[in-house]
Amino acid sequence: MAPNAAAGADTFPKLLVRNAQIFGARPAMRHKDLGIWQTWTWAEVLDIVRGYAVGLHRLGLKRGETIAIVGANRPRLYWSVMAAQMLGAIPVPVYADAVADELAYVLAHADVRFAAVEDQEQVDKIQSVLQRVPKLQLMLYDEKRGLRDYDHSRLHSMDDVIEEGRKALASDPTVRTWLDGEIAAGKGSDPSIILYTSGTTGASKGVLLTGERSIKAASDTVAFDKLTEHDVSLAYLPLAWVGDHYLNYAQGLVSGFCTACPESSDTAMADLREIGPSFYFAPPRTLEVLLTRVTIRMEDAGFLKRKMFHYFIGVARKYGERILNGQHVPLGGRLLYWLGDLLVYGPLKNVLGLSRVRVAYTAGEAIGPDLFAFYRSIGLNLKQLYGQTEAFLYLTAQPDGEIYSDTVGRTFPNVDIRIAENGEVLFKSPGMFTGYFRDDAKTAEVMTPDGYVKTGDAGYFDEKTGHLKIIDRAKDVGRLNDGTLFPPKYIENKLKFYPNIREAVAYGDKRDFVAVMLNIDLTAVGSWAERNNVVYASYQELAGHPLVYDMLEKHVAEVNHALAQDKMTAGAQIKRFLILHKELDPDDGEITRTLKVRRGFIEDRYAPLIKALYDGSKEADISTQVTFEDGRKGVINARVKIRDMKTEPVAAAVGKAA
Amino acid sequence: MRAPGGPEVAVGDVLLAVENVSLSFGGVKAVSDVSFDIRKGEIRAIIGPNGAGKTSMLNVINGFYHPQQGRITFKGEARTRMRPHEAASGGIARTFQNVALFRGMTALDNIMAGRTLKMHSNFFWQMLRYGPAMREEVEHRRHVEEIIDFLKIQEIRRVPVGRLPYGLQKRVELGRALAMEPELLLLDEPMAGMNLEEKEDMSRFVLDANDYYGTTIALIEHDMGVVMDLSDRVVVLDHGVKIADGTPAEVKGDQAVIDAYLGVAH
Repeated sequence: MAPNAAAGADTFPKLLVRNAQIFGARPAMRHKDLGIWQTWTWAEVLDIVRGYAVGLHRLGLKRGETIAIVGANRPRLYWSVMAAQMLGAIPVPVYADAVADELAYVLAHADVRFAAVEDQEQVDKIQSVLQRVPKLQLMLYDEKRGLRDYDHSRLHSMDDVIEEGRKALASDPTVRTWLDGEIAAGKGSDPSIILYTSGTTGASKGVLLTGERSIKAASDTVAFDKLTEHDVSLAYLPLAWVGDHYLNYAQGLVSGFCTACPESSDTAMADLREIGPSFYFAPPRTLEVLLTRVTIRMEDAGFLKRKMFHYFIGVARKYGERILNGQHVPLGGRLLYWLGDLLVYGPLKNVLGLSRVRVAYTAGEAIGPDLFAFYRSIGLNLKQLYGQTEAFLYLTAQPDGEIYSDTVGRTFPNVDIRIAENGEVLFKSPGMFTGYFRDDAKTAEVMTPDGYVKTGDAGYFDEKTGHLKIIDRAKDVGRLNDGTLFPPKYIENKLKFYPNIREAVAYGDKRDFVAVMLNIDLTAVGSWAERNNVVYASYQELAGHPLVYDMLEKHVAEVNHALAQDKMTAGAQIKRFLILHKELDPDDGEITRTLKVRRGFIEDRYAPLIKALYDGSKEADISTQVTFEDGRKGVINARVKIRDMKTEPVAAAVGKAA
Repeated sequence: MRAPGGPEVAVGDVLLAVENVSLSFGGVKAVSDVSFDIRKGEIRAIIGPNGAGKTSMLNVINGFYHPQQGRITFKGEARTRMRPHEAASGGIARTFQNVALFRGMTALDNIMAGRTLKMHSNFFWQMLRYGPAMREEVEHRRHVEEIIDFLKIQEIRRVPVGRLPYGLQKRVELGRALAMEPELLLLDEPMAGMNLEEKEDMSRFVLDANDYYGTTIALIEHDMGVVMDLSDRVVVLDHGVKIADGTPAEVKGDQAVIDAYLGVAH
């Protein structure tokens, strides 16, 4: 059934009511609890959410007020969002792994009086910053373990609140009519949710979205990817991230598909395999981690399996993408690919939980072409999209059959994109935000006079394909002192495709040459060390090991070789590199919660290392403060070595273009 | 480390009393004339320097060793010799200093093994895995899943324990002991060989088990910080002799204890 019957419903609660009517007996949500998948149908979800809404109203939550949602992807937290919206209150999801300081900032800025949280850990965290959130009056919790002895005057179990509301609904018809009235009173132009952006630069901003626009945006993508109530997705990405709110919450309500919540964040991989979603989204980082794990396991596999794997991955690289794109492939190639699918790709996809995926997207940052090609070659219909919280996600997406690793796709239906003179991408979209919460100055900053929103990304439309290409953050693309173009992300992504390199930070803007700082991947390098009898006691020791340096030097040389192939990038080859003694960590503010590198912040923090990279020293001392997850601080001291690299001349334009 | 604002665990009647127990191996006196009691609902620590007789004491309590003298009263029933299986069916569970799990079995199966004593259907039905045996297994599995949830080890449910890191093996062992729904849980150095974070996790689980399941816990531990934070009362042994008994604060200030730990000039 075409689920575009979102027509008429301009808020999510109204959609929920509709879903309970037309998909009543279909699963809306699943959650693995005590090892068993529990299922709730749309009718059951509506029943629970109605009870919850009445319970919240009795506790004093009013229309227009904000309520924080803190925790992992769990049904009751999604229902908290729905119940709040049913009352016309505005949910404010917060990243579950945010340290107390970040949490306090968002809670205070959003002016919350209520907070719906997952468990004792979050309750403790909020209690530790209570003085900074004076307005907070009441917390609701999902998991009651460890909370029995807490003061319950300001603490309620979600189950109790829901139960009380359901009783009231069952016994008192006036409550029912009142609630129906509340749902009907919700306007599409009311704020529906506030999503705090992870903030690649500076403090996070609260993006205000309305129900009407959110639903319009989600209806477009649901139609684009032909999502129906028969689809299934696994909600494993942070609840507070626009991706989850869009892909699972909004699309789920619009199309009626089933959202499955993993048992815990550590079991997401296994749960993925059990659920076998048909709609899948993964940021490049997750895909990278998956591939790294597969690679490592293959290294440890027996000789025969290893040979078979490498042989058929070779076959897949040759024919896989062409088969997926419906291009011409010789019969022999098709047969080999078929065999490979039987022996390698099929089982591999099964292990990764991707066997049933019909539509898969990746976005968030540029994906390495090799990484992208790998997944497509084994038959996963992975596509790229480009979007923003401010746009309520989609701006461009790749239609089936038009897939390129270096583009982010065509302008989405009903979206209007313009490229500013400085190369910045501007847009108008159906899901567009109405402003930053309590920050008119910032709102004015990103809006153009004629109503477009600035993305902050530099890009251009590719002439051949008509697809948008994003080069980098507009303000990050720089030039070396000799005028050579320096695209840091481009270089970093090339480095990060090596499983041994977890993170790379490139410098070069207004400098004489390009230098990079690398993070090793502890899983990959650790496994390599084990196989090669390299002894180490700590991350720091492993990162500084001469043999590890040798190995990474080879990777950097290969990247230089690749850079030298293109006239545009040949000047941006890496001259020097070092391996950082600690992993870049969102708790230290070095990368964002969505794992984007904060280049400027790192530059300040590791100033002595940067200086050493450019003054020719062979090593440098560094002392950095680190924050542990519980907020305590410590200091790490290290002496970091620096390696020089040879650069290659620009590849002469001899021979044919490949 | 108590939950903020939480009341102290209600400590009730004497659950187990050790009276004038002496144990020797040949000429070596491991424990001599030791008396103390463990009350319902408390966390009781047994501490002492190396070779003080702590593990021997624990082995006496769960019937692995039989003391030459003295008696043990458990739940009001006095006996001179207790056998391990009697102790187990009577409600005493334990973990070991060196993890003693079935290494080739999964975490789930190991914890399930802790339910053995609670299984009542006969061998025939169990072999068929049908009818009453199936219903019983489902019931036990539910209980085990609650423990898995309690200890937050969902992700290792299906992993053979031999492949798990040490800290997690310890957690599985605690899970197996808890699966017995013991009245008295004996923990032999639950934090040995753990790093700070693992110790904090384990401490939380011990406190939660005490709070949530109401299990009385007797533990041997070397980490003084852990002992002082966790336990309600502490008994100190040295060379098989009890030298102090009281709250952590009392014991900490006791001269005999300080001498035993730091040594004293002879």
